[in-house]
Amino acid sequence: MKGGNTTYDKIWDDHVVEELPDGTARLLIDRKLVYEAGSVQVFRGIRAAGRSIPNPERVLAVPDHVLPTHDRSPEALAGMPALLLEELERNSRDFGIEHIPLFDERQGIAHVVGPEQGFTLPGTTIVCHDSHTATHGAFGALAFGVGASEFEHIMVTQTLLQRRSDTMRIGFDGVAPAWIGGKDLILAAIGTIGARGGTGYAIEFAGEAIAALSMEGRMTMCNMAIEAGARVGLIAPDETTYRWLNGRPKAPKGAMWEQALAYWRTLPSGRDARFDREVLLDVSALAPQVTWGTSPEHVVGIDGRVPDPKDAGDAAQADAWTRALDYMGLAPGTAMADVAVSRVFIGSCTNSRIEDLRSAAAVLKGRKIADGVHAFVSPGSGLVKKQAEAEGLDRIFTEAGFEWRLPGCSMCFGGPFDSLKPGERCASTSNRNFENRQGRDGRTHLVSPAMAAAAAVTGRLADVRDYL
Amino acid sequence: MTPFTTLRAVAAPLPIANISTDDIFPGPGATGLPAGMSFSDPAKMGPNAFAVMRWNADGSPRPDFILNRSPWDTAQIIVARDNFGCGSSREHAVWCMAAIGMRCVIAPSFGDIFYGNCFKNGMLPVRLPVEQVERLLSLTAAPETATLNVDLTAQTVIDAGGGVHRFEVDAYRRDLLLNGLDEIEASLRAGPLIEAHDAAYCARRPWLRADTA
Repeated sequence: MKGGNTTYDKIWDDHVVEELPDGTARLLIDRKLVYEAGSVQVFRGIRAAGRSIPNPERVLAVPDHVLPTHDRSPEALAGMPALLLEELERNSRDFGIEHIPLFDERQGIAHVVGPEQGFTLPGTTIVCHDSHTATHGAFGALAFGVGASEFEHIMVTQTLLQRRSDTMRIGFDGVAPAWIGGKDLILAAIGTIGARGGTGYAIEFAGEAIAALSMEGRMTMCNMAIEAGARVGLIAPDETTYRWLNGRPKAPKGAMWEQALAYWRTLPSGRDARFDREVLLDVSALAPQVTWGTSPEHVVGIDGRVPDPKDAGDAAQADAWTRALDYMGLAPGTAMADVAVSRVFIGSCTNSRIEDLRSAAAVLKGRKIADGVHAFVSPGSGLVKKQAEAEGLDRIFTEAGFEWRLPGCSMCFGGPFDSLKPGERCASTSNRNFENRQGRDGRTHLVSPAMAAAAAVTGRLADVRDYL
Repeated sequence: MTPFTTLRAVAAPLPIANISTDDIFPGPGATGLPAGMSFSDPAKMGPNAFAVMRWNADGSPRPDFILNRSPWDTAQIIVARDNFGCGSSREHAVWCMAAIGMRCVIAPSFGDIFYGNCFKNGMLPVRLPVEQVERLLSLTAAPETATLNVDLTAQTVIDAGGGVHRFEVDAYRRDLLLNGLDEIEASLRAGPLIEAHDAAYCARRPWLRADTA
């Protein structure tokens, strides 16, 4: 079955091996990213069945999840991290997989490293045993987050069995105001369609504001497509994409680059492309976005207020809002800008790239964080860290009172090292404000890096536009 | 994989929307690393299941949580609201549920990755319309009507009030569950077809070959 003329359908059709009678398709998978924590069961399964991994050069391994970001001495790594690092190294060696080890300057979060190395390319299919794999869709790729068993299946068979999704286009009209970036656009979109609004869909982000957006901003947006429930989030490649990729270590070179480019230029959705659902957002007056509750759909502008469950659409939503307010310790009607925070986290696969750090540093320059606030930055990769240090950003952060940490997933998911204590409230640039996500009874407010910096300076959620 | 055909079991109602895989299998930042829990061995992940909802910080059971109360402490089915299993791709969420005997989850909608992970582990996720799920949430909240009959062959859920709820599931995935198939083994039989497509694909997109980068 041929699909429509969307970017999604074009890449899908290019990868179909066969279709089963019920419409399930077998797709060729080009690229696989592996990290330490979730891959243990994958390799165990492959070994137990005595199977092999064909074309291991299409796999890239890098540790990111369960790492301390404050110290990488043998003492700090002892226990779970050391075991997982050893296992990743051994598995990579035994199966012939390229492995970026912990003390390599390229080490970082898989979804930062893949693009940075040019491993992520337009028109490809990419998988990782991590839900934020959709990040790579920013390059006009089909990127799927999968579970361990599915990943094992892909490693061994080079294919993924999946049904074609319906397509949704979210158009962002207008010019985004100053300080409004990818994080605000995607939070506003999730607020509009809801945390399950994208379930069953492949979402293409498009429109004037996307065309103007940097690759970093686009990665932030596609990264959070999963928070709207979507299987895939993508943005058609354009000159911004090609400029960003050209010269990356694993990107094609010379004549191959030209040949690739000619193909990539055919990938944007046609003017006649039909989407199963279209959503339009006008971003010209969008305020910086901040979440108030325990789902990414619980979002308002920083000039807004905590909603009242009495205003919910139905009884189930009123229940959910009441539960969220109780967990968050917030009363209906509270102005978002009156909410005090004691923790600030800048990092994660959503917002740890160089542009994210630049925008936070622009707010922090010459300022100090408020008394009683504990704030830290974990750059997305060793290369991001190096670049930031070359630009003097690390000094801006540390002089403001931030800790300048090492690369990893860090406090995004409440790993064994960085997490919130019960009742602590955090302005976080990560992707999930779920109950207990960043630590038991921790309270998360999702914001952009600039908004996180503003919160650190004021000691409460603050409107970054006041820092212009 | 354990096949799934029919199941008659107590169902535990969790009338909450957006129950995430972080709720089902909390990270170590939420639970610490207590001796009884496992983050690597699926068979030993039972204590991790719904850990924050189920246990106090000191490890004692929370008596108000449904899975700590009779008869739901024997439940093999969960009934929940929209978007069950949203968030992280961690298959641990399915493994830990299986480790406490769960075989089936019924909700109006599911996180997409969680939904797919269920089929790899003999767990049946059932999508039903909101009104039917709300009826099941009410019925299963009472001990005398907490039992449901799930039949994958007939694609029905039958409640204790006699309500018959038909559900849809992809034929391919249904077969996997009904027969307890090893999906990788089945896919490997398509090996020659896959190799032929891969060769044609690599010829078409030569810049993706490692030796040209």
